[in-house]
Amino acid sequence: MAKFQSLQEAVRDNLRDEDTVAFEGFTHLIPHAAAHEAIRQGRKDLTLIRMTPDIIYDQMIGMGLAKKVVFSYAGNPGVGLLRRMRDAIENSWPRAIETVEHSHAAMANAYEAGAAGLPCAVFRGYRGAGLRDVNPEIRSVTCPFTGEELAAVPAHRPDVTFIHAQKASRRGDVLIEGIIGVQKEAVLAARRSVVTVEEIVEDFDDLHPNLCVLPHWAITSIAHVPGGAHPSYTHGYYERDNASYLEWDKVSADRDLFTQWMRTNVLEAGPEAFAERVKGL
Amino acid sequence: MAMITDFTPNEMMTIAASRALSNKDVCFVGIGAPSAACNVARLTHAPDITLIYESGTIGTAPNVLPLSIGDGELCETALTTVSVPEMFRYWLQGGRISIGFLGAAQIDRFGNINTTVIGDYNKPKVRLPGGGGAPEIATSCKEVFITMKQATRGMVEKIDFYTSFGHGDGGDHRRRLGITTKGPTLLITDLALWKPDPETKEFNVVSLHPGVTREQVQDTCGWKVHFSDHLEETPPPSELELTTLRELQARTERAHGGKKGS
Repeated sequence: MAKFQSLQEAVRDNLRDEDTVAFEGFTHLIPHAAAHEAIRQGRKDLTLIRMTPDIIYDQMIGMGLAKKVVFSYAGNPGVGLLRRMRDAIENSWPRAIETVEHSHAAMANAYEAGAAGLPCAVFRGYRGAGLRDVNPEIRSVTCPFTGEELAAVPAHRPDVTFIHAQKASRRGDVLIEGIIGVQKEAVLAARRSVVTVEEIVEDFDDLHPNLCVLPHWAITSIAHVPGGAHPSYTHGYYERDNASYLEWDKVSADRDLFTQWMRTNVLEAGPEAFAERVKGL
Repeated sequence: MAMITDFTPNEMMTIAASRALSNKDVCFVGIGAPSAACNVARLTHAPDITLIYESGTIGTAPNVLPLSIGDGELCETALTTVSVPEMFRYWLQGGRISIGFLGAAQIDRFGNINTTVIGDYNKPKVRLPGGGGAPEIATSCKEVFITMKQATRGMVEKIDFYTSFGHGDGGDHRRRLGITTKGPTLLITDLALWKPDPETKEFNVVSLHPGVTREQVQDTCGWKVHFSDHLEETPPPSELELTTLRELQARTERAHGGKKGS
């Protein structure tokens, strides 16, 4: 049953050291504010799952929160590589991290299997792909009806999933609009879920019947954080701050500059700073 | 239509790639260079082409090129936007995509692509972003087009990692792995058009872009290049094609504040 909390409380109550956690979002609706709160609270030894780890995972890895990353595309979207994640993989700075690499199809299927309560996902994939040789979690099964060999990967079952969404109703139902990515599956696959929202409205009485709505009883905690996806965007509220993604490429290129940026913009800031950051976007 | 001679190799590449697409195609658009080509096709000779991006947008018609694969512009101009699991399961794996359009960091003569690592996987010299949707785009789309700029460090004798499978070691390698789709059928570079030999599946140069020599193609390619016996010259960009591309890039640059988009 969704509980309305401050972001500090929601992270404190739902994210523990050594958890397997997904902060999901597919370019759109990336839960930046929630990730920054996790960094401020200094969680450690996390296993991070994400289809498209971008700036927030770069920040969490660079701050030493992660021991392992499960992913399918690690880049700064439209800009280039993730420099902090590369530094961890290539030079073990600030610590060594383990990586488990999949394709998008595998990750999407693994979340869906987790949401469906299945132990694994079965799909037609990885044929001829090199990832089969470096990721022992990629196996195969034979269809009992046709004999076709199909790829199998374990279901994603995060301890907790964090997402950002447009609206919550007073009852705690959540509406997600636009590019919805894999967020519904990531929430339903997880034991606990935390949703940050732009706005809390009275009710959802007038919504189109087929919209992407997560019922209040499928969510653990909701925090009202306007601008909480910045510099990602929230469809209907503010646009993607492309300049910040470009700036990140410079900030993340240097360890000292990165550490200083994190101190000023994350460690010494709070969730309320996000509303200011999206003004004019 | 007037033909022009004042164009860059990159413009020729994008325009040559756009010509390979038609109105009846359902095209899964990869991040990078393919996006410009697909949208030039849509804005010139193929207004009814269906463009699909892996963020879930089906039948999208962006006015400016997206900076990322999940820009709001893609969703706002799409016929519909589905979830990412639905995109990969029903639309891609379901066999509903005619062309997968990919870029590459490294490619070999059989159209195998590496976008994962330079060097050893466990001790990489450069950790690249990885495959994203490409491993399954390469095997589930009916055929695959690839576009990239020629350079010896990109077009190599042996790729460091098989991110997505092209024709493997050539010949019937795809069939032997149970892959029923055609795989890479066209490679568009800034210098030439390449097609796989029907038997060996090695990419051969079938058309040189205007003013390009065989030596230039060989000098920027890491393997010994085979040229078709019926080598053609790619028609230069038409005024419409070039104007469409340049206006699209100018709109994009204005929208993204100096960044060209992909």
